[in-house]
Amino acid sequence: MGDNFRWETFFDALPIVLQGLGVTVGLTFACFGFALLFGFVWIFFRRIPNKLIVSIVTWVMEFIRSTPPLVQLFFVYYALPVVPVIGVTLEPFTCAILAIGIHYSTYIGEIYRSGIESVDKGQWEASIALNFSTMDKWRRIILPQAIPPTIPMLGNYFIIMFKEVPLASIIGVTGILAMANSYGALNFAYLEPLTIVGIIFLLLSYPSSILIKKLEVKMNTRFDKNVLLEKAKKKSIPDMNLKESDRIV
Amino acid sequence: MSNVLTENKKNSVSLSTEPIVKYLDVKKSFGDTHVLKGINLEIRPGEKIAVIGPSGSGKTTIIRMLMTLEEPTSGDIIVNGKNLWKMEKNGQLVKANEKHIREVRGDIGMVFQHFNLFPHMTILENCMAAPIHVKKENKDEVRERSIKMLERVGLGTKLDFYPSQLSGGQKQRVAMARALVMRPKIMLFDEVTSALDPELVGEVLEVIRDIAENDDMAMVLVTHEMEFALDIADKVLFLDQGVIAEQGTANEVLVDSKNERVQSFLKRFRKA
Repeated sequence: MGDNFRWETFFDALPIVLQGLGVTVGLTFACFGFALLFGFVWIFFRRIPNKLIVSIVTWVMEFIRSTPPLVQLFFVYYALPVVPVIGVTLEPFTCAILAIGIHYSTYIGEIYRSGIESVDKGQWEASIALNFSTMDKWRRIILPQAIPPTIPMLGNYFIIMFKEVPLASIIGVTGILAMANSYGALNFAYLEPLTIVGIIFLLLSYPSSILIKKLEVKMNTRFDKNVLLEKAKKKSIPDMNLKESDRIV
Repeated sequence: MSNVLTENKKNSVSLSTEPIVKYLDVKKSFGDTHVLKGINLEIRPGEKIAVIGPSGSGKTTIIRMLMTLEEPTSGDIIVNGKNLWKMEKNGQLVKANEKHIREVRGDIGMVFQHFNLFPHMTILENCMAAPIHVKKENKDEVRERSIKMLERVGLGTKLDFYPSQLSGGQKQRVAMARALVMRPKIMLFDEVTSALDPELVGEVLEVIRDIAENDDMAMVLVTHEMEFALDIADKVLFLDQGVIAEQGTANEVLVDSKNERVQSFLKRFRKA
């Protein structure tokens, strides 16, 4: 590695590293979106009233969670093409979405499950008493109550996945880490570009985590009487005859 | 209590009417516990039935099975001439599927002990959700009807409130409006005042009385509000240890009954 830290190198490397930002952020969103959707697939299979299916699915989830994402990434990129019958060769970007997305979907499935389990039993019974179809029951009653409280947890996983996405540089996805790495290799200067990478991650992760904390407070007080009172005041709805005395202290 | 008991029922239902609900030797066990040991019961259109009895006697289970919240261990319930838990398939009776159950239970509504309002909807939305999405009715018509119903239960000024902003008594009145907007032919009340502070019980009972007097649906009330239930009920069922130990008019069950269990229950009840 070269000499000490040099600002010229830093500013020389900055635009090059930043070229990878779109890929890193894009891949994070793609992986997260995939994991959000696939999380429902796990939940769906685990709720099938068949012990065999449930135990198989549980076992597969456990297997995926117990294996490092890097190994899964390598598997999808190098091994999947030679698997008989289902073997396909995929673009590195697609491989990363699949591997990282599926890995984290198992955690996200667990989060969904905790959200669904936190919905009061009476809500299911009321849906039956009002004769909702299974589809409407999930769509209009259960999920609207189960998902919002999990949003902060999902947000945390978004940040975790953002930090996990550089793994994909190893199979040639040119995010900020790969760009920094190649800059380093070309110019024999790693300190500056990697510092840039660190700063970028800090600049994006830290505000996100603050945002998530705020979201958490908001979600926890969604139906809080006092919060609703404040809202009504702001909108000054004339007919909201909630008095100051109604305020819960 | 005495004047209530001695007063004759004004609007008792003619026995010649075909029953809308028939329990056919319905049994229910949870594991080794036999909660109901063979219930045979008929509910006629418009009939008001009060179910009383000691706790653990299976009162609630009776109406929960009719609402399809519990499946009977054996026997079946006939609603509008159709089996509730079984359906015909290739000339044989098989376990009913979701579609069949939804079709048969469509005329039944229920009000719960813990209200079970949808917390993410305003009270108006709570009332409107099922008619719109289940019965596919016109939204404007449903809105109008829901507002009228909420006005009827005294909550016309709180349409945009969320359940968390209401008292227990108000919540229970919304729950009744929500069930009524579906225009059920049978309404089930599962200890609807048990979770309320004593001072809020009255307002809920008033609404039930209003429904009983002005609507022509059948009602089954599982209740501990003895005096009230007897006042509005055409028929009283006394349930004990999983069987209907006594049934008849309020007078027959509570005054003339020679049944020992009824007597000891009432004795305990009066003491308390």
